[in-house]
Amino acid sequence: MRRGWVAVAAATMVVLTACSSQGGASSSSAATAAADPAKVAGSITVLTNRTDQIKDGSLKKYADEFATVYPNVKVKFEGLTDYEGETKIRMNTENYGDVLLIPDNVSITQYPTFFAPLGDSGELSKTYNWTDYSTVKGKVYGLANFGTATGLVYNKAVWKQAGVTEWPKSPQEFIDDLKAIKAKTQATPYYTNYKDAWPLQKWTDNIGGPSCNQSGKDKLATTAEPWAAGQDLNAIDGLLYTTVHEKLSEDDPTTTNWEKSKTLLGTGRIGTMLLGSWAVPQMQAAAKAAGGSADDIGFMPFPQATGGKLCTVLQPDYKYAVNVHSKNKEAARAWIDWYLNKSGSAAAEQAVSSVKGSALPESLKPFETQGVTLLLGQTQENAATISRIDKGSEIGLNTPDYRQKLVDIARGAATGDMNSYFADLDKKWSAAQKTVAG
Amino acid sequence: MTALQKDRKRGPAPAHAAPAAPTKKPALRRRTTRRHRWFTPWLYLLIPLTLLVAFTYLPILDMFGYSVTDWDGVSPTSENVGAANYTELFTRPELFKVFLVSGVYLVASFVQIAAALWFATVLSFDTRFRNLFKGILFFPYLVNGVAIGFVFLYFFQPGGTLDSLLNLLGYHGRLMWLGDPDLVNKSLAGVSVWRYMGLNMVLFLGAIQSIPGHLYEAASLDGANRWQQFRHIIAPSIKPIISLSVILAISGSLAVFEIPYIMTGGANGSQTFVIQTVNLAFKFDKVGLASASAVVLLALILLVTWIQRRLVPEERVELS
Repeated sequence: MRRGWVAVAAATMVVLTACSSQGGASSSSAATAAADPAKVAGSITVLTNRTDQIKDGSLKKYADEFATVYPNVKVKFEGLTDYEGETKIRMNTENYGDVLLIPDNVSITQYPTFFAPLGDSGELSKTYNWTDYSTVKGKVYGLANFGTATGLVYNKAVWKQAGVTEWPKSPQEFIDDLKAIKAKTQATPYYTNYKDAWPLQKWTDNIGGPSCNQSGKDKLATTAEPWAAGQDLNAIDGLLYTTVHEKLSEDDPTTTNWEKSKTLLGTGRIGTMLLGSWAVPQMQAAAKAAGGSADDIGFMPFPQATGGKLCTVLQPDYKYAVNVHSKNKEAARAWIDWYLNKSGSAAAEQAVSSVKGSALPESLKPFETQGVTLLLGQTQENAATISRIDKGSEIGLNTPDYRQKLVDIARGAATGDMNSYFADLDKKWSAAQKTVAG
Repeated sequence: MTALQKDRKRGPAPAHAAPAAPTKKPALRRRTTRRHRWFTPWLYLLIPLTLLVAFTYLPILDMFGYSVTDWDGVSPTSENVGAANYTELFTRPELFKVFLVSGVYLVASFVQIAAALWFATVLSFDTRFRNLFKGILFFPYLVNGVAIGFVFLYFFQPGGTLDSLLNLLGYHGRLMWLGDPDLVNKSLAGVSVWRYMGLNMVLFLGAIQSIPGHLYEAASLDGANRWQQFRHIIAPSIKPIISLSVILAISGSLAVFEIPYIMTGGANGSQTFVIQTVNLAFKFDKVGLASASAVVLLALILLVTWIQRRLVPEERVELS
């Protein structure tokens, strides 16, 4: 019995001493740029998801170049393999680096709690694209380094072998093309990457593409049934459903492998995958490593034309922000400014730089010649509401689970059909919408 | 689950080693005994107890705290919502449907116990290479769960190791071990049997080896065969360990997590209660609701254990 009491006493003691102080953000001063680089001093930590760039030394190279301009700033990088998960947990403390990428699942309304304002949106939006993705009450809290186009990575040789030379302009044409690939080549026409799951999330990025509508995403906040016929999500998820239902994807989606899929696409054993234009250089590298040709890798927009023209959305990548608790905000800001404007990292990634007036990367040149409409991002007025509806309904537009289920239904591994599942999603969406509005 | 519980039990072990007072000179001993106050053992216990409290009891207390809030996982503030999370949990029966998946693991865990018992019995007699076999059978338990997940992904792939193996045996059908919704949970449960069988076996083996050898001698003099020896000597002697294994099997199958999470992420109908809880907390930012379901799971496991203890009371086994 005595042993029990001592344990309780010890527990109480630890409870009392370990009570964390949940102090509010004391300093909310803005992270502004200094005029004179020599006067900026301090040591900053940059959290990054690019562990590969830490390993191959390219981030170090950027830091060295940065040091020649800002001699008194020391930049340290901290690579996180599970970036989203770890950063979000660390954000419960004050110690989450000086510069960090805003995790996707932090709601925009919380930005002022965690990040220092970088400036007025009116001012910054003159220089940078996609500032509205992180603007709260006229202040910008994060700047993207680059953006990427949404669409499909494909193997040109495979498509050519199937006798298709034109980009499909409707979902039906796309399905027919995939059928031709299945009939005339050895390749798997489409690869879902179901097991690694996050590639299924990428389908969400196409919202606005089918209807070629700059505010396609904002519309979700007021649409009661986003999966009804004619809506973007109906076109997007319908295409995925039909592709799988017509058996145009891999036999067993549950054992797919992302790393292997790069080589498979590069060497022509996979025809197409829906990803972003960021995937093109990776596929090219994999193709070359496997003895194929980098020229075989192509990129096409979502196959639904509006008024005869295809349309694609340019999405920002992660947005860089300054920790509101940072002691070296000036140095942090200096790094962001330099990295976005001077480092040339966006061009090195073959991505669309967020600095206005930058040239399109090589992989998107065909988009220009084919006259594809490029939507410079989606308007973000209702982003917070949409996120609340999405999480309340437990659908998870930015999680892969509901699309995994869609694939399961399409291949007959789960009960239901496309219409019943869409009706189910619509029901959940409108129910959550009512609680958010009311 | 089993591993965790084992680790916790191991916590206060240093206490036994603690009061090793030097006994060379009588005078010295008197002084040291005076210095050994009643709290001396507790000093040694301080570290394991602090760890236990910091990493088990405090988080559980916190979990109770979160379960009555609507905390979203990042924001510094949260509202107290009382029992709303629990009400929501119990008014949405689809959240409990995932326990059907646990049934598959439960059945598998009985297979696991039976197999472990069989191997333990066989290996406790004089078998050739018995130490080698013990090692081989226990080995899977030592491998990291994540690694096992990845290995078995290749194993189950269409045209993968398992299919090739079946081909060699003359079976040429193409089964989708993870892709088929009727098979996926059985495949995953099979992995879990493969992994934990060795642990069960070692527990049984330990218990069997504490049976005095002369009992077997006497039995075989009376003409009892191996089965009769098992039935009347081994089984009754290791009853407490068997019932412990059953409790661990049931609570373990209610709380299956890592193998399905790594291998399928809960896709294709392999979602378990814990995966669902993790999704609620980290995908949909409903930490409050997720904590409530974790509390419910805890209560459920305690309840099952209690019922089981009532049905099969603990008894001392006398070996002579």
